[in-house]
Amino acid sequence: MREFGYERAADVPGAVALLNADPEARFLGGGTNLVDLMKTGVERPAHLVDVRELPLDTIESVDGGLRFGATVTNSDLAAHLDVRRQYPALAQAVLAGASGQLRNMATVGGNLLQRTRCGYFADVSQPCNKRSPGSGCPAIEGEHHNHAILGASSHCVATNPSDMAVALAAFDAVVTYETVDGPGELALDDFYLPVGDTPHRETALPPGALITGVRLPAAPVAALSRYRKVRERASFAFAVGSVAAALDVRDGVVHDVRLAFGAVASRPWRARTAEGALTGGPATAEAFAEAADAELAAAAPLADNAYKLPLVRNLVVAVLTELAEEAAR
Amino acid sequence: MARTTSSVITLHINGQDYTLPVDHRTTLLDALRERVDLTGSKKGCDQGQCGACTVLVDGRRTVSCLQLAVAAEGRSVTTVEGVAEDGELNAVQQAFVDLDGFQCGYCTPGQVCSALGVIQEHAAGWPSAATADVRPEAGPPPLTPDEIRERMSGNLCRCAAYVSIVDAVARAAGVDAEGQPVEANGKEAAA
Repeated sequence: MREFGYERAADVPGAVALLNADPEARFLGGGTNLVDLMKTGVERPAHLVDVRELPLDTIESVDGGLRFGATVTNSDLAAHLDVRRQYPALAQAVLAGASGQLRNMATVGGNLLQRTRCGYFADVSQPCNKRSPGSGCPAIEGEHHNHAILGASSHCVATNPSDMAVALAAFDAVVTYETVDGPGELALDDFYLPVGDTPHRETALPPGALITGVRLPAAPVAALSRYRKVRERASFAFAVGSVAAALDVRDGVVHDVRLAFGAVASRPWRARTAEGALTGGPATAEAFAEAADAELAAAAPLADNAYKLPLVRNLVVAVLTELAEEAAR
Repeated sequence: MARTTSSVITLHINGQDYTLPVDHRTTLLDALRERVDLTGSKKGCDQGQCGACTVLVDGRRTVSCLQLAVAAEGRSVTTVEGVAEDGELNAVQQAFVDLDGFQCGYCTPGQVCSALGVIQEHAAGWPSAATADVRPEAGPPPLTPDEIRERMSGNLCRCAAYVSIVDAVARAAGVDAEGQPVEANGKEAAA
């Protein structure tokens, strides 16, 4: 591991100033991803600015929605009564990620910025356009059974590993940040950049920006919501496919629906085509399957990951059917 | 920026202060094992996946292999060496001994620290991925074997002593196989 300087930021302006004083500096939150990547040489910061003690650790109700700070731990987010009451799929998504120990360490800001678990990205002896731009992507012809089927490019087929971000995408989250020039915000839809030919550029955050928190707008539909994750073992594994869904059915007709997919793209995949197909129509398994197919029509699976198409379609049907049955009770 | 790549830090471990110079690259796990001779915490994978290095930081279970020592300054660290109460094994340790919650024992310090965290988290009403309904009105989930397996999934046991580990955590938490408090249904004598 490369040697590095370490400083603990006392306030948000101080943290941003410390980071911008060194182009090779990185923010340190819980460290569960960054420290791991530093051990393997994927990340080689010259300086760490520890932001864990910044006063960004609160969860508060705002205009019928919620706002939570960047240093709220994954554990505290998932345990919070208002999160569980107003956005149960968000609590479920966070609880579906990592282990109890890691959730106690990991922060909201770090979760949003965690890196892909593509094996080629993690192995510095391999080419990787995300880690080393222009070096190539061995995953396209190589080991890619858990890579992207939507929105990928000929330069990178890696997936975003976050469960939390899938639920945030479904609920129109807004990421707030601070730079030396002042505060700013990005809708989660705009937060993660398209892959294109720049897979190394993952977010639209301005250089040197510190994520300060996430705002969730009021979403009554989210009170009846669910996150379901399929993985290769029962627990403590990344998704091979996941769905965050919320449903408001009135007299058998879909009044409002939210749908987002995980582990299918470089970003949490908000399924707006499917939402549009469902809204105003019948809440039946046939309609759910057709909507999923409409969303997945744009999919371009690789040789070994086409299984994700029926997997995601079946997840959509199962989760929306459960929610419709629960709504009818 | 001119930078210093080491610092003199004070770690608060098991109620005692240890002041030592550390290279910033030093993890809490390496500081515990190599610098202050607290070798109870074990290094398994060194990448946060096996849980053998689990300690409590400010009362919460944490993998010490991904925690930089310098970032742990000012926080309260409890290792397996510090969990006994007045020289007596605590309920988790005693249950692991009584129910053979281990074979080789390498993962046991991490399992014990993690189980202490599980019991506290469950008592605080935290749901898990095994909880059917996370909404507050559903009430706190009973600590069933499924809940224990999910909550302990960050601790691997190479010997696969999992069946006894789940029993030991349930015993220490005072619950039966349905996750109900043992005292309340009088099954303790039968256990």
